[in-house]
Amino acid sequence: MKILVSVKRVPDPYAKITPNAAGTDINRDGLQMAVNPFDEIALEEAIRLKEAGKATEVVAVSIGGAESQEQLRTALAMGADRAILVQTDEPLDAPSVARLLAAVYQREQPNLMLMGKQAIDMDENQVGQMLAAILDLPQATFASKVSVENGSALVERETDNGIETIKVSLPAIITADLRLNEPRYVALTGIVRARSKPLETLTPADLGVQPRARVRLTGVEAPPARKAGKRVNDVHELVRLLREEARVI
Amino acid sequence: MKILVLAETDGGRVSEKSLPAIAFAQQKASEFTVLAIGDALQGVETLTGYGAQAVLTVNHPALSKPLAERYAPVVAHYARQLGADAVVATTTTFSRDVLARVAGLLDAPMLSDIIALEQTDGKLVAKRPIYSANLIGAFEVEGAPVVMTVRGPAWGKPEPKGAESPVQAADAPAEIPMRSEWVSLQGGGGGRPDLTQARVVVSGGRPLKDPETFEKYIGGLADALGGAVGATRAAVDSGIAPNELQVGQTGKTVAPELYIAVAVSGSVQHLAGMKDSKVIVAINTDPEAPIFQVADYGLVADLYQVVPELTELLKNSKG
Ligand SMILES: Cc1cc2nc3c(=O)[nH]c(=O)nc-3n(C[C@H](O)[C@H](O)[C@H](O)COP(=O)(O)OP(=O)(O)OC[C@H]3O[C@@H](n4cnc5c(N)ncnc54)[C@H](O)[C@@H]3O)c2cc1C
Ligand SMILES: Nc1ncnc2c1ncn2[C@@H]1O[C@H](COP(=O)(O)O)[C@@H](O)[C@H]1O
Repeated sequence: MKILVSVKRVPDPYAKITPNAAGTDINRDGLQMAVNPFDEIALEEAIRLKEAGKATEVVAVSIGGAESQEQLRTALAMGADRAILVQTDEPLDAPSVARLLAAVYQREQPNLMLMGKQAIDMDENQVGQMLAAILDLPQATFASKVSVENGSALVERETDNGIETIKVSLPAIITADLRLNEPRYVALTGIVRARSKPLETLTPADLGVQPRARVRLTGVEAPPARKAGKRVNDVHELVRLLREEARVI
Repeated sequence: MKILVLAETDGGRVSEKSLPAIAFAQQKASEFTVLAIGDALQGVETLTGYGAQAVLTVNHPALSKPLAERYAPVVAHYARQLGADAVVATTTTFSRDVLARVAGLLDAPMLSDIIALEQTDGKLVAKRPIYSANLIGAFEVEGAPVVMTVRGPAWGKPEPKGAESPVQAADAPAEIPMRSEWVSLQGGGGGRPDLTQARVVVSGGRPLKDPETFEKYIGGLADALGGAVGATRAAVDSGIAPNELQVGQTGKTVAPELYIAVAVSGSVQHLAGMKDSKVIVAINTDPEAPIFQVADYGLVADLYQVVPELTELLKNSKG
């Protein structure tokens, strides 16, 4: 079984994000970049399936500028067998990314695609579902447990109403939630070995896709700040203020 | 703008979570239709008092559980048939799952979790939280239809309109894809108000130790206020609270009248889900905890001492 995993280059989740001076985008100077945490989890799951003898090959794919090679090298160091960069500097929206990933999927013909439920830069949570629609495949989003058995996957999903279990026939698109697993640390030997693993570069034209973003970020601002509150000394004062000042109880 | 609102259902029953999307449609649509999907759906009449052109209901045994693979083609079909300019639902795991697939089927651009929408010179500009709600982004979108999920707390409740919208039974598509199957659902309920709808939310963090302690202190305080219970991711990850109670970037977004954070440090990811609450109270032993920066009322104290006191005080003064 072959597994395809998508990997997006995003700002480090713990980096401080601020608007740029013009308010058109974020300040990218010296910003630390990383593999999207949800994609790291998807990749970890794929590697574990390979280690368990359920998968034979794990292929990582990223779409973006040449600098996304860095994140693909991390994916290779974690344990992916090879990587594909669809290199483009064009602005992309979720449908464009989904169409490019669909083209890579068609070329690779995997039995399963694992990906993050959302990229933590734009927090859209769209690409996996769009990809499943384009490829006409079943989907299992927000996975917190995946078991692969006889051509299907039993998936526990984190929903607002609790943990839902669904069964999807393979091939399918599965998107990872945070509790699916804890990704491993990349060992030094992995980093060295990753240098000799294949990383192929394609262009959108190679895939016969011309991406065009219909959703474009035009401005960035800080959300309204809350005004500083006050300290209270005990629960009596708290209850009195909630009742008389805030009038919420 | 002609809007198709997808009502949230669990396949059997219409949920009140749909209301913010209806409020959005009341404000932004020239006319709107509500679509509810399921099998022997209950509660459809709760959608008829808000001025929708019609409430379409699609009932079919294969639609008895909300599987995106089965629901999305139904939504896409009626979006096309109505010539909708926008397909909208309140942001929830249900709508994220179904509507992004609808966007894929319609080859439509999509905006997730929007908090504002303006139409100027034929251009649509939406605002939505990005980077874990650290920033607000403005997005220009072209093309129709546009698929949108709208952030519940930003749109609130719809205005009741006198005229009743007609309920119309509509057909399910001839072929429903059957490659995904529903197996089970664990959790939910508990008799407390729904976290995303509640007027009061009491949340607890990792120091609550175990499920019994969490229930006793956080559940007890929530019950004294008739409120819902929330939790941090750290509390959920340590098995202290069930998943569906998680508030934050990767959990639920809430904006109650009163949010009480007990032993919650106030990480950006947690704040992302609750900082639009009207009044925030923080109880924490660490005077430097970041939660105090967003709290209207801060009490530096040990939860094990003050939460029982507070719970008693509220119970007694109520009686
Ligand atoms: C990609 C990503 C997504 C995330 N999404 C979320 C999310 O959706 N929601 C979320 O909550 N977190 C999320 N997190 C985790 C988040 O970063 C924090 O780790 C988490 O919110 C911390 O939870 P906590 O406040 O319960 O625990 P801690 O950080 O351990 O804080 C406990 C607090 O309790 C106080 N305390 C200790 N003992 C007592 C006592 N006896 N009485 C009173 N106060 C006491 C301490 O002073 C401290 O401030 C996410 C993280 C990442 C990387
Ligand atoms: N540029 C990209 N390159 C590779 N994968 C991507 C890209 N953008 C999005 N994805 C994948 O799609 C998932 C969902 O992203 P999103 O819908 O943008 O929140 C991410 O977790 C990634 O796996």
